[in-house]
Formats: sequence, structure tokens, C-alpha cells
Amino acid sequence: MAAPQVTPVETPEVDEATAPDTPWVTVVHNDPVNLMNYVTWVFQKLFGYSKEKAEKLMLDVHHKGRAIVSSGARERMEHDASRLHAYGLWATVDKS
Amino acid sequence: MTVFARRGTGCVARLDAVETQVLQEVLTQVVDLLSEGHDLSDPVMARLFPDVYPDDAETSADLRRYTDDDLKAAKLEQAGTVLGTLPEGGGVVRLDEEQAESWLRALTDARLALGMRLDVRDDTDLEAEIDAAVARDPGSARVQQLSVYGFLTLLQVSLVEALVGY
Repeated sequence: MAAPQVTPVETPEVDEATAPDTPWVTVVHNDPVNLMNYVTWVFQKLFGYSKEKAEKLMLDVHHKGRAIVSSGARERMEHDASRLHAYGLWATVDKS
Repeated sequence: MTVFARRGTGCVARLDAVETQVLQEVLTQVVDLLSEGHDLSDPVMARLFPDVYPDDAETSADLRRYTDDDLKAAKLEQAGTVLGTLPEGGGVVRLDEEQAESWLRALTDARLALGMRLDVRDDTDLEAEIDAAVARDPGSARVQQLSVYGFLTLLQVSLVEALVGY
């Protein structure tokens, strides 16, 4: 099981040139179609998160409009976004 | 109304002839849409294949060259799983875990496509929408499509419940 790693949304912008190791993040955005229990299941399935953590992320997406679901190297985040797209979630990659 | 239930290690539902036909039509439309080309100016296609970098069209397009073919193949395969497991003329559909997961992803694609076309929003009250559409014209395509959307939603919620227990 992957260790849950979530970077706070409030992290200030960091200049990539001065911080080459700054992790990237995968962000899932709210949409009016995807179902709450489905989204929770997708987070558990793709990231190995506990039901509690997956549910909290799902509720963050639902209420706040977006949530960071994974963080790390850029290529891995692009891979995560692509996997989420296969499940129909609206995911993007951003600098943390 | 048809819903999925857990039976042993699988998920089972009884579909009548109309429900089977609706699923056949909807998933065939998804296959057709995916096979027609890759027109990302279509909002449905843009939703099924989102930009990874919404503020950087060029980088997103570069990335698509590596991801969209696989993504499309996966979406076609999951729609094909639904079409291949539907009982002809109605009957019992019995899914193992892998098939159930394919169904969930395929139902998502179908609901995203239909939801975009119907302009479903966060605050959309489906029953109120259907009532309003019926009041305007009971025989309209919108009444039918809203009902199909509701059916797909019910089916998907029950399939998640049957598969994972919540």
C-alpha cells in the first residue's frame, strides 16, 4: 500500500529553478456527474488509501471544488492523472 | 428498477429487455463517439480526455501524444466489456470483480457524455428536470435522455455498493 502523502494546499509558490526537488501534485476537480461512492472507491483503488482518507479527499473535492490526491515527481503525477482519466475523474497536474 | 447486488464473489442484476436495449444503445454511442476521431473541440471529448495542464495547452498537447491512444483503447475496451456481458433480450447479468470494475468505468464515461449533453450541473435536481421536461413535451428526447441518465446513475451507485460495500 502506498503511504498517503498530501501536501497542504496553502503551500506558497516555489520557483522551480531554485528548488529542483519540489514535488508536483495531482489535483482532482469537482464535476457534477461523478458519484460520491464511486470517487471514494477510485481513490482507494488507485492510491491504496484507507476508506477514511479516500472519503475525506472525496468530500474535499465535493465541497472545496478540488483536492490534492498525490504528490511527487512530475512524471509520476502525469501518470496518476492519466490513470484518473481512465476512471473518468477530472485530474490535472500542478506545481505544489 | 434494476439494481446490482452481491452474490458470492460477483455482482448480479436482472435487466429487463428495455433496460438491456438502453444500455446497448448508450454504450454503442460511446464507442461511436470514441471511434469517430479525436475532436477535442467537442466538450464531451474534452471532458473524457482532459488537459493535464489546463494553463499550458502546448505541454498538454505534447503529453497527449503519449497518453490519449492508450486512454482511448481503455475506454473502448471497458465499453466493449459492458456490451459483451449484456444478456441478449434481457436477463441476468453476472459480473466478476474485473468485469464489474470495467462496468463502473464504462458507466462513468456514458454518464459524463450524457451529462454534458444534458447540461447536468452540481445543483441539478433530476426529478425536477424530468417533471419540467415532461410538462413541456412528454415525448421529447430530453425526457428520455434524462430518464436514461437517472437509470445509469442508479445502476452505477448500486454496482459500487455491491462491489465494495458502501
